[in-house]
Amino acid sequence: MDSQANKLAFDLAFDDGWRYAPAPESVDHIRIDEQYGLFIGGEFVAPEEGRYFPSINPATEEPLSNIALATAPDVDAAVAAARKAYGKWSKMKAAERGKLVYRLARMLQERSREFATIESLDGGKPIRESRDIDIPLAAAHFFYYAGWADKLEYAFPGRTPRPLGVVAQVIPWNFPLLMLAWKIAPALACGNTVVLKPAETTPLTALKFAQLVQDAGLPPGVVNIITGAGDTGALLVNHPDVDKIAFTGSTEVGRTIQKSIAGTNKRYTLELGGKAANIIFADAAIDQAVEGIVNGIFFNQGHVCCAGSRLFVQESVADEVVQKLRERMETLIIGDPLDKNTDIGAINSAEQLERIRAYLKIGEEEGAEMHQSSCPVPDRGYWCRPTIFTGVSQSNRIVQEEIFGPVLAVQTFRTLEEGLTKANNTAYGLSGGIWTDKGAKIFKMTQGVRAGVIWANTFNKFDPTSPFGGYKESGVGREGGLHGLAAYLDLEAQRS
Amino acid sequence: MSAASRVAVAKTYKIYIDGKFPRTESGRYFALEDKDGHVIANVSRGSRKDFRNAVVAARNAFGKWSSASAYLRGQILYRIAEMLEGRREQFIAELVTQAISKRRAAAEVDACTDRIVYYAGWADKYQQIFSAVNPVSSSHFNFSVLEPTGVVAIIAPDESGLLGLVSNVMPAIVGGNTCVVLASESLPLCAVSFAEVLHASDVPPGVVNVLTGYRSELTTQFASHMDVNAIVYTDGDPEVGKSIQVEAAQNIKRVIARPGIRWDSETSQSPYLVQDTQETKTTWHPIGA
Repeated sequence: MDSQANKLAFDLAFDDGWRYAPAPESVDHIRIDEQYGLFIGGEFVAPEEGRYFPSINPATEEPLSNIALATAPDVDAAVAAARKAYGKWSKMKAAERGKLVYRLARMLQERSREFATIESLDGGKPIRESRDIDIPLAAAHFFYYAGWADKLEYAFPGRTPRPLGVVAQVIPWNFPLLMLAWKIAPALACGNTVVLKPAETTPLTALKFAQLVQDAGLPPGVVNIITGAGDTGALLVNHPDVDKIAFTGSTEVGRTIQKSIAGTNKRYTLELGGKAANIIFADAAIDQAVEGIVNGIFFNQGHVCCAGSRLFVQESVADEVVQKLRERMETLIIGDPLDKNTDIGAINSAEQLERIRAYLKIGEEEGAEMHQSSCPVPDRGYWCRPTIFTGVSQSNRIVQEEIFGPVLAVQTFRTLEEGLTKANNTAYGLSGGIWTDKGAKIFKMTQGVRAGVIWANTFNKFDPTSPFGGYKESGVGREGGLHGLAAYLDLEAQRS
Repeated sequence: MSAASRVAVAKTYKIYIDGKFPRTESGRYFALEDKDGHVIANVSRGSRKDFRNAVVAARNAFGKWSSASAYLRGQILYRIAEMLEGRREQFIAELVTQAISKRRAAAEVDACTDRIVYYAGWADKYQQIFSAVNPVSSSHFNFSVLEPTGVVAIIAPDESGLLGLVSNVMPAIVGGNTCVVLASESLPLCAVSFAEVLHASDVPPGVVNVLTGYRSELTTQFASHMDVNAIVYTDGDPEVGKSIQVEAAQNIKRVIARPGIRWDSETSQSPYLVQDTQETKTTWHPIGA
């Protein structure tokens, strides 16, 4: 595109005629209780110490509900409930167990609108994403793993799979219900019982899910949901009667967990941080690639562990790509998460916003050039404009460290080998993106990038059948697909 | 000159790094004695510098070895078995000097050869067992394959000097990993001789590096090194396991514990040991015009 046409597109994007009328999702059908207890042994119970904390709507800074804070006696009670339920649940006829998991999938689908709306209220993500991605995928996850319950012996040739016992699961705030589904669905299908702790800023859909567990008629104690912050999570992970830990969160916390359970026989899977490379070759379909870059870094406000936060553009198209990216960034609508036109919702919490802002400052201090969209931002709530940095180098902190926000660092490369070397110059290895029209090059790159999930000519796609998880410091183990079953089964050879 | 008056040439047991047999950087050794207290050999007391050098060699070898064809890796492993079979008597004699009965020594060497053949055969098959085409609901072709995790540090079983080492090294390298292995402390001799077999078998330099030395000195190094991707150990002592996992957490190493396994049992070999040091990579591509 020549520069005049470019300028025209730029002007058009700004024009008022491109604005949409607000189209907010209604909230009149949503029921959020004023206060939630802990879900232990099939009942909501008050926390032993009687303490509660608020869950805040990050788009308005208003509290949505008061959430019980679980302390040591509550964690004990939840683990004991899971232990008590384990015997019957693990011995239940597998097909029947599967049918109960199927029920959860169906009930999630039935109540998808309510779950989607609450997810956006509690976490700040655009309703379009929670409606079209989070909730349907969560339901699909339960549906997929339900069917495995009575087929496990076919998944592992030469092995007799057995459940592990009580599973402790700690999940993050970026995809609250989806992460719950990734954790609970395979655990239940494999015959384990569960104590799950959602993140303290986004507990609501997990608590709504607890009601669904009651409605579905799962035996009491098979699923327990306790709420609280990091301290509660640590108590759960370090509880002596837990057999397996499944954690999704930062590499820093993952490291602490791996250390703290050393010397126990607890199994663990860790899904940790990332700093994915998104690599654009000159022969790529550039407009599609730009869409992929936008989806890669601005999806869910960049609160995505597999976000394509490092962009590598082949030098000959770098100016064109950056120009188009900036234009596209200008068209993104930031604001009310419940508005169906919104592209970028609220940053999940004040704490996270502060962290992102600190990195923006670091990026500038390191000498990078910052470009932000000029879109208006609401007065209240936590917001961050989509941001790209150019003129960065490999050693910059904004290139090496996970920001977990809508912040992209752009670099260039000349040869395939240089692109690959730069892409792999990271301690992380969760995901990566490749954009090129040449088939052989796709395979060269998908094989060369040291990461667990590679998207070629696409980005940020997820499916229950598709294993997800990292190389290197991005974690241990896989979730999703047949490979995700292994995390919840004892597959040791029978000792002769 | 009669045979009786000939002085035998004693072998210096060195370490094996990057396809070479250097002396240990430490310049130190420990004496291996027979049951009568006679020195059988002076064994290299590998240092952490030796270990670091070995990791560099293993890392440098990783790119080529991991991208070698499965067929080639299978051929090279099979070649190791051939070379070992050819030196059967030497290995039996060496095990016998370490106070193992001749009958047991022969059984161990034969079991090693057979185990290498077993894993050679997996080279171009495990991928077919563990990979998958995933039926995603969107219009994408999606598949998962195994890729080697990288550099694997192996603390070989102490009680099984040759078979234990072979049983842990083979599943790592057949899958394209490179490794640094710490030989049995009490039965180290055949480990060094096995390195000579590897050396004669077209195994590229750096793919397997063999150190001898004290576990008490080297275990922490093996577990904590930031350029090691996985650590395999077989010690059943919970304190050892604990310290290994604490150190390994520095860079989220894969910690693979194989305690209490009888390496002379057939159940101790399986493709799941290959999978232990593999990563699952999932690739997506749109289907469309």
